[in-house]
Amino acid sequence: MARIIVVTSGKGGVGKTTTSAAIAMGLAKKGHKTAVIDFDVGLRNLDLIMGCERRVVYDFVNVINGEATLNQALIRDKNCNLLYILPASQTRDKDALSQEGVGKILEDLSKDFKYIVCDSPAGIEKGAHLAMYFADDAFVVTNPEVSSVRDSDRMLGILASKSRRAEQNQEPIREYLLLSRYSPDRVKLGEMLSVDDVQEILSLHLLGVIPESKSVLNASNSGTPVILDEKSDAGQAYSDIVARYLGEDKPHRFIDGKKGLFGKFFGSK
Amino acid sequence: MSLLDYFRTSKTSSASLAKERLQILVAHERSSRNQPSYLPQLQKELLEVIRKYVNVGQEAISVNFEQDDNQETLEVNIVLPDYHAKTP
Repeated sequence: MARIIVVTSGKGGVGKTTTSAAIAMGLAKKGHKTAVIDFDVGLRNLDLIMGCERRVVYDFVNVINGEATLNQALIRDKNCNLLYILPASQTRDKDALSQEGVGKILEDLSKDFKYIVCDSPAGIEKGAHLAMYFADDAFVVTNPEVSSVRDSDRMLGILASKSRRAEQNQEPIREYLLLSRYSPDRVKLGEMLSVDDVQEILSLHLLGVIPESKSVLNASNSGTPVILDEKSDAGQAYSDIVARYLGEDKPHRFIDGKKGLFGKFFGSK
Repeated sequence: MSLLDYFRTSKTSSASLAKERLQILVAHERSSRNQPSYLPQLQKELLEVIRKYVNVGQEAISVNFEQDDNQETLEVNIVLPDYHAKTP
């Protein structure tokens, strides 16, 4: 059985697709067969971030409608042969995704894959709903900024009441906070909410902090998930996040700005 | 205290303002999120029944739902007008 992870946020532009691409690659690099699915029907972009946009033949909706098999639609990643991408459709039909269709695909993928990463669209419409509905774990990507924190809280309410686990009275979805675009220097100046502030408001388990980093744009420019840029701070932050998710004990970094002892002390929470 | 610290504490930081605003907003939104979905309908129907006997306005009735760890309370508050004018 696969573990289904939804990468969600409510708000747009906080780094859901960047995160989905990075953690899917990270899990696959750790030896777990992983599929990453783009749920943003009509605004497909995961393919660009993964650098496979020219290899898209069939998509998610084609599989749901029986126009292609899952194997025909899955694209094997060029950097890692344990990673597969299922691109979103570019159709304008808002009802292209159905709960039964998505459920069936996830069930089929579960037989063969260890992890399934669902890249949610922004908002709380159908695509976002279906991306989180079947999830076991939720990665809530949040920026240290008022509108993002508020939308994350709203998303947490939806995860707790509208998911399959909630509806069937199962153990709730495990929720994790990924705080992205973090600038320790601005936090020190009192210009940005701190990790502790955001955690206090959302009461979420912190999986990791991703610093504001030039490497993220560079990675998307070239279509390589930022986690493969092992020298970059954001790449290392995502590697840590994947390791922590898999149960490794990694002290938090990138919270205090300077590397070394200080970061370890502040990140030990 | 360094000179830098002096400037830093001399005015409220925008981050602490953000935190304060968020705490209030999030607490408010969470309390309304847990309300049962039948509340607005209940309020509407209660109002209709009361109006059969007493001439009250929309704002005269408030329905509040509160949830503690082990009990749920539904509080209905109706403000009657000064003299009980019967509806025509």
